[in-house]
Amino acid sequence: MTTSAAEPLLALSNVNTFYGQAQVHFDLSITVGRGHIVCLLGGNASGKSTTMKIILGLVKPRSGDVTFDGASLLGLTTPQIVRRGIASVPEARRLFADMSVRENILMGAFVRNDREAIAQDLEKMLGLFPKLGQRLSQRAGSLSGGEQQMVAMARALMSRPRMIVMDEPTMGLSPLYVDRVLELIRTINQEGVSVFMVEQNASLALEIAHEAYVLQTGKIVLSGPARALKDDPRIRDAYLGGSEAA
Amino acid sequence: MSSWLDYTINGLIVGNVYALVAVGLALIFGVSRLINFAQGSIYLVGAYIGWVAVVQLHTPLPLTIIVVAVAAALVGLVIERFGLRPLQNSVRIAPLLATIGISFVLDQLVMLTFSPNPRALPSQLPDVRFQVGGGTIGPLDLLIAGVGITSALLLFVFLRYSKLGWAVRATAQDRDAAMQMGVDVNRVNQAVFGIAAALGGVSGLLVGMYYNQIDTAMSLQATLKGVVAEVVGGAGNVPGAVIGSLLLGLVESYGVAVFGTSYRNLFAFLLLVVVLVLRPNGLFASARQAPPEPLTGTFIAPSRPVRIPRWALLVAAAAFAILPLFPVSFYVLQTLINAWLLGMLALSLTLVAGTIGQVSLGHAALLAIGAYTSALLSLNFSVPVGLAIIGGGLMSAALGTALISPSFRLRGHYVSIATLAIGEIVSLVILNWESVTRGPIGISGIPPLALFGYDLISATSIYWFSFIVMVVLALLQGRLLGSHLGRSFRAIRDDDIAARAYGLSLNRYKSLAFIFGGFAAGVSGGIAAHLYSYINHETFNTQQSILALTVVILGGLGNVVGAIVGSVALVGLPEVFRIAAEYRILIYGIVLLLLVRFRPQGLLGTM
Repeated sequence: MTTSAAEPLLALSNVNTFYGQAQVHFDLSITVGRGHIVCLLGGNASGKSTTMKIILGLVKPRSGDVTFDGASLLGLTTPQIVRRGIASVPEARRLFADMSVRENILMGAFVRNDREAIAQDLEKMLGLFPKLGQRLSQRAGSLSGGEQQMVAMARALMSRPRMIVMDEPTMGLSPLYVDRVLELIRTINQEGVSVFMVEQNASLALEIAHEAYVLQTGKIVLSGPARALKDDPRIRDAYLGGSEAA
Repeated sequence: MSSWLDYTINGLIVGNVYALVAVGLALIFGVSRLINFAQGSIYLVGAYIGWVAVVQLHTPLPLTIIVVAVAAALVGLVIERFGLRPLQNSVRIAPLLATIGISFVLDQLVMLTFSPNPRALPSQLPDVRFQVGGGTIGPLDLLIAGVGITSALLLFVFLRYSKLGWAVRATAQDRDAAMQMGVDVNRVNQAVFGIAAALGGVSGLLVGMYYNQIDTAMSLQATLKGVVAEVVGGAGNVPGAVIGSLLLGLVESYGVAVFGTSYRNLFAFLLLVVVLVLRPNGLFASARQAPPEPLTGTFIAPSRPVRIPRWALLVAAAAFAILPLFPVSFYVLQTLINAWLLGMLALSLTLVAGTIGQVSLGHAALLAIGAYTSALLSLNFSVPVGLAIIGGGLMSAALGTALISPSFRLRGHYVSIATLAIGEIVSLVILNWESVTRGPIGISGIPPLALFGYDLISATSIYWFSFIVMVVLALLQGRLLGSHLGRSFRAIRDDDIAARAYGLSLNRYKSLAFIFGGFAAGVSGGIAAHLYSYINHETFNTQQSILALTVVILGGLGNVVGAIVGSVALVGLPEVFRIAAEYRILIYGIVLLLLVRFRPQGLLGTM
C-alpha cells in the first residue's frame, strides 16, 4: 500500500452515532493529516468526547467509517486500535491512581515488548518532563493536576504512537501548566506524532492547531485552517451554542 | 480444655483458609466489580477433586495440591468464558445472578456425582502435635499456613512484577484507561478467574483435610465466609481481604471459645453487618476510593411489561378458584398450595427487589419470623390460628424492617450481601435462642390451620384459604404500585440520588416497602408453619431465598402477576414433568442462567 503525504492519517467519514434513541453524531466527517495537530472545538454535549471514544473503539458508530492509515478501525477492539499506533490522553487524565508514577508511565508501553528500548524511552520522558524524575516512586493519585497531565502525556508517548488523541488536555490546569501543556503538544508534534485534540478553550487550541473543526450538537458547523478560524466571529457563537452561527 | 493460644492458632489457620477464598473474591471484584457467588462452589469442587485424587488415585500431597489447583482453575476459566463474558454488556445485576445460578448448578452436579453424604478426606500428613508455648500445632496447621503465605507471596510477585499482573491492577483501577493502554480486559478477567478458582479450590482441599470431612453444604458456607472477609477488608482490596480473613478467623475462634460452636457463624455475620453499617467500604478502604456502587438505575433490566387484559386475569383467577370443585387429585392441590405460599413470598420479594430495587438474598428470614411467631402465639398463648398468622405477618413486617434498616444506606450488591447476612443471622438466632425457639429441636405439634374456630384440614379448604390470602395480597400490592407511593418506590430504584433531590426520604420509603413486603412474607411463613406442623431453624433457608429470587426474575422484577406466574411455573412444572427432587435445584439454577442470558426482564417484563 502506498501512503502519500496528502492522504490523511485518520479519517472519520459520515459517522452517525446513537446512544439508545438519541443521535449524537450526524454525518460527522473529520480528517487528521499526517504530522498535523487538529482540534475539535465545541461546547458541552456537542459530541466531542464521543468522537474520541469512536476513534478509540470505546463506542461503535451505527454507520459511517473510521480509517487509520487507510485501514478501517471499525470492528477492532480498543487494545487492537492502540496497537495500530493510536495513544490517548483521556479526559481528566485517568491515571492509575494507586500505581506509582513509574508504573503509570510504563503502562503506556504495555503493547511493546522491547525492554531495553522501553527503558530508554522512559529516560527520554524524564528529559521531556524533568519534574517527574523526583516523583517516580510516588503514587500517581497524589500528584497535582498539572503533574498528572504530564504523567498522562508521558504515558501516551511510551507506546511510540503515530497519533495521540487528547480529551481536553488543559481542563482544570493552572495557567502556568496550560502554557506548558500546549508547548509540549507542539514538541510532541514536531517529533512527528499527529495530534487530535478535543477542546473547549478555542483560543488556546487554535494557537497550536493546524486545522480545526467546530462541532455543535453533533454536526460540524465550521472547519478550516486554524489561522483562518482564529479571527472568525462565528467561532465564539458556535460554542456558546444557540445562535444560528452556520 | 484448650488454651487461648490454641484458639488463636485455630483462628489464624481458619483465617488462612478464608483468605484463600476471599483473595479470589477481591481480585474478581477488583477487575469486574462483581461479587462472585460461585466462589464457594469452586471451593467445593476443589474439595471433591482432592478427595478423588487422595482416596481413589492415591496421589502424594504435593501432586494433590497441584491437581486441585489446575482443575479448579479450569472450572474458573469455563465460568468466566461461558457464564459471564456473554453478559458483559448487560445490566449490572445479570452477572451477579449468573454466579448464583452457576453455584446452584455446580453444587448440584457435585451432589449428584458424589451423593450428599459427607466423605472423609484424609490429610496424608502424620498425626502429631508439637507443643508451642501453651498450645499445640500440627503438621496440617503448618501446611495451611505455608500454603496461605506462599500464595500471598506468589500473588504479590505476580501483581507487582509481571506484565499481566500490572494489567490486572490497571484494570482494577480504571478499566477504560487500561483498555486505552492496550490491555485486553478479557484476558485480565480470565487470568483473575483462573487464579481465584485455583486458590478457592486449594482452600476447599485444605478445609476438607483440616476437618477430615467434606460435604456439599460447604459451598454456601465458604461463599458466605469469603464474602464476609472480603467486605470486611474492603471490596476489591487484596491485602485487605487477607487481613479481613484473619480477623474473621480470630473473631470466630474466640467467639466459639466463649459461647460454644453453634455461635461461630453468628459472629461472622454480625461482624459483617457491623462493618457494612459503620464502614461500608471496609476497614482498610481509603477515603479516595470510588463510591462502592454506581446508581441503581442500570442494575435492573428495563423493559415494557407485557399487558395482560383484565378479563384474562379474572378468567384465570376464577379458573383457579373453582379448580377444587372438579375431581382433581390431592397431589395437584398440594402442589398449587405450595405455589400460592411461594407466590406470597414472591410478591413480597418482587416489591422489595423489583419495585424499590433492593435485591434481597435473605427473604427466607421473613418466612421464618412469621412462622415462628405464628407457631409460638398459637402454642404458648393459645391465640386462634387465624389471628396468629396475622401476628406472624405483623412481626415479620416490624422485625424484618428493623433488622434491615441499618443497611438502607447501602446500594446494589451491598444490599444483597447485607440481606444475605441478616437472613443467616435470623436463622442462627433461632438456633441459639433455645428458651424461646426451642433451638435445634424445633417446634412440633403446631396446631393446624383454622378459621373462626373451624379447622382447615382438607386439601380443598387449605387450597382456598391460601389462594384467597394470596389474591388479596396481590390486589393490595397492585393498588400500591399504581399509587403515588408506588411511583416513589420506582423513582428510588431508578435513581436514588435524583429521588432524594426531589425530597423523597429513602429510609421512609424503603421502610414502607419492607413493612408491606415483610407482612406478605410473614403471612406465608405463618401459614406454612401450621401446614407443616413442625418447623426448625433450617425450614426456611437461603436456598428458599434464592428460589424466591428466581421466581421473581422469572416473572419479571416488580411484576405482581409475574410473581404468581413465576411461582406456579417453578413449583408446578417440575411436578408436571415428574422431575426427581434432587434435580430440581439444578433446574432452578439452569433456569436462572438462561433467564439472565436470554430474557433478563423475565416472562412478563419488569415494571
